[in-house]
Formats: sequence, C-alpha cells, structure tokens
Amino acid sequence: MKVVERKPMTLWEKTYLPGIAKGMLITFGHMFKKKPTINYPEKTRPFSAVFRGLHVLNRDEQGRERCTACGLCAVACPSEAITMEAAERLPGEENLYREEKYAAKYEINMLRCIFCGLCEEACPKDAIYLSETFTPSNFTRKGFIYGKEELLIPDPVKEPEAYAKARGEEAARTSSVESR
Amino acid sequence: MHSLLLTIDWVLVIEKAVLISVIIGVSLLIAMYETYAERKVAAFMQDRRGPSRAGPGGIFQPLADGLKLFMKEEIIPTSSNRMLFVLGPGLAMLTAMMTSAVVPWSSHFNLFGREVSMQIADINIGILYIFGVVSMGVYGVMIGGWASNNKFSLMAAIRGASQIISYELAMGLAIIALLMITGSLSLKTIVEQQQAGHYYVLLQPLGFLIFLVCAFAECNRTPFDLSEADSELNMGFHQEYSSMKLGFYLFAEYINVFISSAVMSTLYFGGYDIPFVNDAALGQHIGQNPLAALQAFCLFLKVVCFIFFFMWVRWTVPRFRYDQLMNLGWKVLIPLAMANMLATGFFLLLKENHWHF
Repeated sequence: MKVVERKPMTLWEKTYLPGIAKGMLITFGHMFKKKPTINYPEKTRPFSAVFRGLHVLNRDEQGRERCTACGLCAVACPSEAITMEAAERLPGEENLYREEKYAAKYEINMLRCIFCGLCEEACPKDAIYLSETFTPSNFTRKGFIYGKEELLIPDPVKEPEAYAKARGEEAARTSSVESR
Repeated sequence: MHSLLLTIDWVLVIEKAVLISVIIGVSLLIAMYETYAERKVAAFMQDRRGPSRAGPGGIFQPLADGLKLFMKEEIIPTSSNRMLFVLGPGLAMLTAMMTSAVVPWSSHFNLFGREVSMQIADINIGILYIFGVVSMGVYGVMIGGWASNNKFSLMAAIRGASQIISYELAMGLAIIALLMITGSLSLKTIVEQQQAGHYYVLLQPLGFLIFLVCAFAECNRTPFDLSEADSELNMGFHQEYSSMKLGFYLFAEYINVFISSAVMSTLYFGGYDIPFVNDAALGQHIGQNPLAALQAFCLFLKVVCFIFFFMWVRWTVPRFRYDQLMNLGWKVLIPLAMANMLATGFFLLLKENHWHF
C-alpha cells in the first residue's frame, strides 16, 4: 500500500513548470515509439487458429456436396439459425451429391448466428466448417440469410483456383458474397 | 520638394501590395498545413499514425478539410444578431492577419535596382501596434459568442475575453523589460540589435517565459483553451457556427499561432538572423539576395520550431481550471513580470553607472 502524499506544493511546483517539463519529455518520447496501428484494408491482422467466422459447406475431393441434410447442426444450434430442406438424390446426380440424401435448401441466418461452432462439432459428415472470414455488412435483413450459393465452397474439380483460394484465405468467397 | 511629397511612389505601392499578398498567401498556406501538422503531431504523440489517406502520407488532408468546410450548410440561427454573427469570424481573421504587417520577414532583396524591404511597414511603434491588434482579437471571440444568442457561447466568450485581457497585462509587463534593453519599439531595430549582440532570450529568460505563457493564452491554445472547454461549454464560443465561418475561427487560431511564433522569434530569438553566422560577412560573400532568402528561411525554421512547441504543449498539458488560470495570471505571472521589470531596470542603471552603486 502506498500512502498518497498530500503536501502543499512548493513555490517551484506552483509554477507548474517542472510538472509540465516532465510531461513534455514523456510525450516527446512517444513520438519515436513504434506505432501499433495495422493499416486495415491494406493489411489485416492474422486470425488465431481457432477463429470462428463465416460458415462453409464443404465438398469432397470429387466436388460432391458432403451434406446429407441430417439436421444435426440445426438441432445443435443454440440460436436456431439454421434451416434446411432435404431432398432425395435422383439417378444421374451422383456426381453432385455424395450420398442418397442431400440438402435442397440450406440457410443460415447470420443475424441470429452467434458463431459458437456447435454446428461444426455436431456434423457427422464434415460438411460444415467455420472459416476465417467475418460477415460482411449488408443493407437488408434478407441479405443476412445465407443460402447454399453463398455457403458452398467452390467445386475443386471445376474451379480448382477458386477452391484453393477459398481453402487458403477465403478472400474469393467474401468478394462473391459482397457482390450480391 | 513640396510636389515631390505629394506624388505617390507607385512602385512602392505595387511592391507593398505584392508583399502583402505574398505574406497573406503564405500565412494561409502555413495555417492550412498547421492543421495537418497538429493532427500528425497529436497522432505521433499518442502512438497513432494520423491522417494518411489523402495523398502520400495524408499530405492533401487540409485541402479535403477545407473542401468539407466550404461544402457544409451555412446556418445562421434566427435568434442571432445577423450582422454581428457574420462580423465575428471576419474580425477574428482580420486581426489575426493584421499582426503580420510589422514583422520583418527578412532583411531586404535587391530587385530591379530597388531595395525591397521584407517588412510591410517598419513603423517605430511596431510592438505597440502588435499589442493593439492582438487586443482587438478579443472582439472576434466576444462578438461571435454574443451574437450567437446562446448562453454557452456567451459564457465561453466571456471566459475567453477575461483570459485574454488578464494575460495581456503580464505580456505587456514582460515586454517592457525587453524594451528597456532595446530602447526601441521597432521590430526591425530589435532584430538588428540581436544580430550585432546576443539574442534577447539570453538577457531576458524570465521575460521570454512569461511572454511564451501569455502567448499561449492569447492564442486560446491549450492549456488555456477555456473558451473551447467542450465538457463544460459544449463547443465554446463557436458553437452556433457552421461551414466556413467556423473554418474562419479555426483558421484564425492557427494564423495567430503562426504570427505569435514569428513575433516570439523576432523579439527573443533574433528574428531573421542566421544563428552562429555573421550575416553581414556572409552577405558580402554570397550577395544580398541569397542572403535575404537564407534569412527568411532561418526565420521560417525558428517559426516552425515554435509552432511545433505550441502543438507539443497542446498534446501534453491538460486544460487549466478557471480559478487556476486566473491565479496563474494575476498572482504568479504579473508579480513575476514586475519583478523581472524591476530587476532589469536595476541592472540597466547599474550598467549605466559602470557597475558602481
């Protein structure tokens, strides 16, 4: 414990000059300190490995959607942000969907989502992942309901470059969302 | 002879007109970049980067700021006194600009066979003129605050006025001590004396300190920016102002900073004298015109140092409380200035008496 001194100021201190000089030396020293600023749009701060951002619906290595619309993610979701409709795979669609059942509609309301990552943990098919992008702004509430076209990762067979980019830094996906 | 007195020297009129416009232009340019420098200095002292988007390193930021101020809607409150409301910022700007008339910016140029003095008017009451004009600066604040018909503005204006009037006293007393040494009120003579001898800051350190503190108060700069105390008075005396009328007030403050820096360098730091160099000898070596340019540059450097000092203090020292301000002004600075004056007089008499009692 430090006892605060409450002595009356001496005449020299009453001129405020020593205090001001001391303060000015401190501010002058700060002029040459390294600036902690990161120039945001040009440079971004790296996210931590466990960062939970926007969702991605994954494909397998042949470009087929992994999701089977089992609904476990929707059940796990504490904020009830996920809606889906299942459909049966028709003959001839084997190159599109990995298993017999797939999600015809898959929507996440990004305004409800709290990015807890429980959907990712619940998924038995490794179909949903949380990426390192955060939700871009939008003008309407409707714009925050992300459907399959926003969530699905690009096809690794048809668009290998976009897929690699999405895997790497997710920049391509963000811009496609922004252009909506 | 009689007719010669009546004829107007048109070349002189043109010469002075050009000089006046150049100095006004330079003052405005410097004031513009002072706003930029202020933001940069503030940022650097707070470990930030400051404006960096407009142009390389944010160099066009003042232009963007100015454009913004011009584009803003101009609002004149219906309950205000319209004429005074418009007059306020104009007066603030005018008084800020007028002070520059007696400051010698350099020795003289030899152009077109004429000796072009770099001082608009070398009047023999230079310092008194500065004091007169600076005192008029109160009216800009006071009229603006009064005409706004807003109690916060009025209170801020009264604070500002009382502060300026209080600190003018100490400033005047500090100057009297200097004038006893110089024996002249002409700024040019004062500079020439310093060129021959010492800078007066060495002879009058206490006087300089008092003058400096008072200059801060006169310019309404932190730690004496009571008329702009946001937390107590919203925005201060220019609360009701918008668009370029607000810009004029802000600009006038920066021009005041520039001019008072120039006056301080002139009175105490040798003005346009090149430090550590015998100007006359250098002039014989390189010619009068390069010498004058170099001298103007030296004055500019001194002014820049002072401007930086103004900003440095602003971003270090918190604002004084009103009673602290008045105590400092009346109970510390004025007695100190008087003591300084008496001591100076004592030593001058002693010197006249060849150091015998």
